[in-house]
Amino acid sequence: MELPADVKKRLTLPAEEHFYAGHTACQGCGAALGLRYVLKVYGNKTIFTIPACCSTIIAGPWPYSAFNAPLFHTAFETTGAVIGGIEAALKAKGYKVKGEDGIMVVGWAGDGGTADIGLQALSGFLERGHDGLYIMYDNEAYMNTGIQRSSSTPYGAWTTNTPGGKKHFLERKPKKKVIDIVIAHKPAYAATASVAYPEDFMRKLKKAKTIKGPSFIQLFAPCPTGWRAPTDKTIELARLAVQTAYFPLFEYENGKYKINMPSPSKEPKSLEDFIKLQGRFKYMTKEDIQVLQEWVLSEWEELKKKAEIFG
Amino acid sequence: MPKKVISGNYAAAYAAKHARVEVVAAYPITPQTSIIEKIAEFIANGEVENLEYVPVESEHSAMAACIGASATGARTFTATSAQGLALMHEMLHWAAGARLPVVMVNVNRAMAPPWSVWDDQTDSLAQRDTGWLQFYAENNQEVYDGVLMAFKIGEHEKVNLPVMIIESAFILSHTYDVVDMLEQEEVDEFLPPRKPLYSLTDFDNPFSIGALGTPADYYEFRYKIAKAMEEAKKIIKEVGKEFGEKFGRDYSQMIELYKTDDADIVFMGMGSLMGTVKEAVEILRSEGYKVGAAKVRWFRPFPREELYELAKSVQGIAVLDRNFSFGQEGILFNEAKGVLYNTGAKPIMKNYIVGLGGRDLTVNDVRKIANNMKKIIEKGELDKEIDWYHLKR
Amino acid sequence: MNTLFREKKANAKKIMFKSIDEYPEVPITLGTTLSNFTGDWRNFMPVVDESKCIKCYICWKFCPEPAIYIKEDGYIAVDYDYCKGCGVCANECPTKAITMVREEK
Repeated sequence: MELPADVKKRLTLPAEEHFYAGHTACQGCGAALGLRYVLKVYGNKTIFTIPACCSTIIAGPWPYSAFNAPLFHTAFETTGAVIGGIEAALKAKGYKVKGEDGIMVVGWAGDGGTADIGLQALSGFLERGHDGLYIMYDNEAYMNTGIQRSSSTPYGAWTTNTPGGKKHFLERKPKKKVIDIVIAHKPAYAATASVAYPEDFMRKLKKAKTIKGPSFIQLFAPCPTGWRAPTDKTIELARLAVQTAYFPLFEYENGKYKINMPSPSKEPKSLEDFIKLQGRFKYMTKEDIQVLQEWVLSEWEELKKKAEIFG
Repeated sequence: MPKKVISGNYAAAYAAKHARVEVVAAYPITPQTSIIEKIAEFIANGEVENLEYVPVESEHSAMAACIGASATGARTFTATSAQGLALMHEMLHWAAGARLPVVMVNVNRAMAPPWSVWDDQTDSLAQRDTGWLQFYAENNQEVYDGVLMAFKIGEHEKVNLPVMIIESAFILSHTYDVVDMLEQEEVDEFLPPRKPLYSLTDFDNPFSIGALGTPADYYEFRYKIAKAMEEAKKIIKEVGKEFGEKFGRDYSQMIELYKTDDADIVFMGMGSLMGTVKEAVEILRSEGYKVGAAKVRWFRPFPREELYELAKSVQGIAVLDRNFSFGQEGILFNEAKGVLYNTGAKPIMKNYIVGLGGRDLTVNDVRKIANNMKKIIEKGELDKEIDWYHLKR
Repeated sequence: MNTLFREKKANAKKIMFKSIDEYPEVPITLGTTLSNFTGDWRNFMPVVDESKCIKCYICWKFCPEPAIYIKEDGYIAVDYDYCKGCGVCANECPTKAITMVREEK
């Protein structure tokens, strides 16, 4: 669609759509929005690999695809290995990978497929230095199988296998910091991003396409269905996660950490603003919320220190 | 043609090189490792071009990476054994379901526990339902020839299925023997570059592969694989015949028959143990036994028609299984017996469980089996159906 | 047709096979999801008040379908064939130019 020039000027994202409507994501799905952004930025010359996750369904049941780009559906734990294989084949066959006109190789996996079952293959992908991008879209549980906890589920969250009860709630483990595990590999580029800040995400995607070596982006993608939140709060929740420092935006490159605005410049907002919009946290007492709040702030302090020392 | 004294593993590596594979993703496991070591050496010495070697972190990832590479249009090769093959299991289904003609050498090795690195076919036979073609090599020459044919057959437009070439732990993998290799030009002429059924580089016509298939459609895609497997029988014979005409070693038969024409008793089995059996047939014939050997080269697709033809003319078949399906019987025996059930051919069939975990099967053992079979045929009834032949009693 | 996907939407069709011979050899997709009108999932429909719209395109940016498009006059419109009625657009609109209205079915 050709838009008038004055309209195009005001758009902060590319006008082209390579993600087709009619897909079967739930209402207000953060993951679907994330896919729309990735396809907008990278366009058609991108090979996607998607393991078992919500996006298996979002991408379209056979014979329909929601992607205007090639996509390989693969088994749960294999994303890192498959994108490594694709990249190897492209190299062997003499294709240009990455760069302005090169082919982009993208793995798009959920938090379960990344933090849990796919961690080994992710590590292999990073360590071997494949020229691709691994995106973990983080909705903090196994949503496609019906909301079970993953190691990326936060302390206190209700899921179907960590239910809240009259006496207890079962999820008492803090969220696994996959990005820290990734950075331990010293990849070419690693970053966090959020669907609430698509311009920041776009910049990071562009960076991943120009830099040589493996990149990783952890994209915060709220799931109204699994978080027991109203469907219109997706962006608000993602924004609050950043503003409360629950999910700060930062990037890592060449051994250096950089916290990205709009992460809090002064005091983060109270975590309660983020929690109260979500039914999944309703079993938490005031003390429980305090536990989570303290964890958030201590992680935030640690990140700020890293940015200071390795900035 | 260059003859070389090499191990079965090196025969596999040379065949992969001559096939001009483009991606190799593999993980070490005894007794397979010297295949991928040799391939790595080819790269280090600059003997191959345009070959990407991916030293993955597990066999599961090896097969996953091969699948990604193959879906991107590359000719792809890997090798494994036993535990590694079992770890790949999920992705073996994936390769076949996505119709990717990956070629893999599996070195038959016994499954643990107890730990064993010796020959046993249960590892590969446990993968029989994954949609892979399976070829069991008797010797190092067949490993070499098998790998070359595997690419041609698997990549054939009517097949598009992955192929497993299987050799015995140590008996072939590490034993040096003469292998008559082909000149590169001969291989190039026999095996042109791969023309993939689809490639992820098709940006003008982008598609997803492997999306959700509902009960309304999944069934049809299974039938397509079943049909391709049936089709593969024809292609195996064609390619095997072409190989014979061009290079003097004929593989047009899925079951190699050795002196079965006038035989009353036929020993049937797969892989390197059939070398011993053939030698035993020679010796037993000189002693007056009317015996022959039937070496099942291709287990998948299963040579139903050839087996039926053989069964019509013999009195007894001794099936030698270097494998076992717990709770049932030897796997080749089980399949062969099943194939014949609905035919008129009903020779007496007995299952000898032999060689598990690398135990030797000797010429003398084959003689004992022949004597046992003779008695059974004279009496007209089986003493028992499943014979744990080597068992210490 | 004044929508985001224009001829792609117009050409999108349901694909059905009656016989095995019509199926492709492998499960590769043959069409787009644009033939799937998800609008019937909707309970609340976004209604745009152009008098309040400042053409900031925040709604367009955050639509997960996407079902919001920009008309030639620069105002936005909703393709109700696809809009699932999540309400993100209304929630994010800085001038409250979009309201969610219960849909009578």
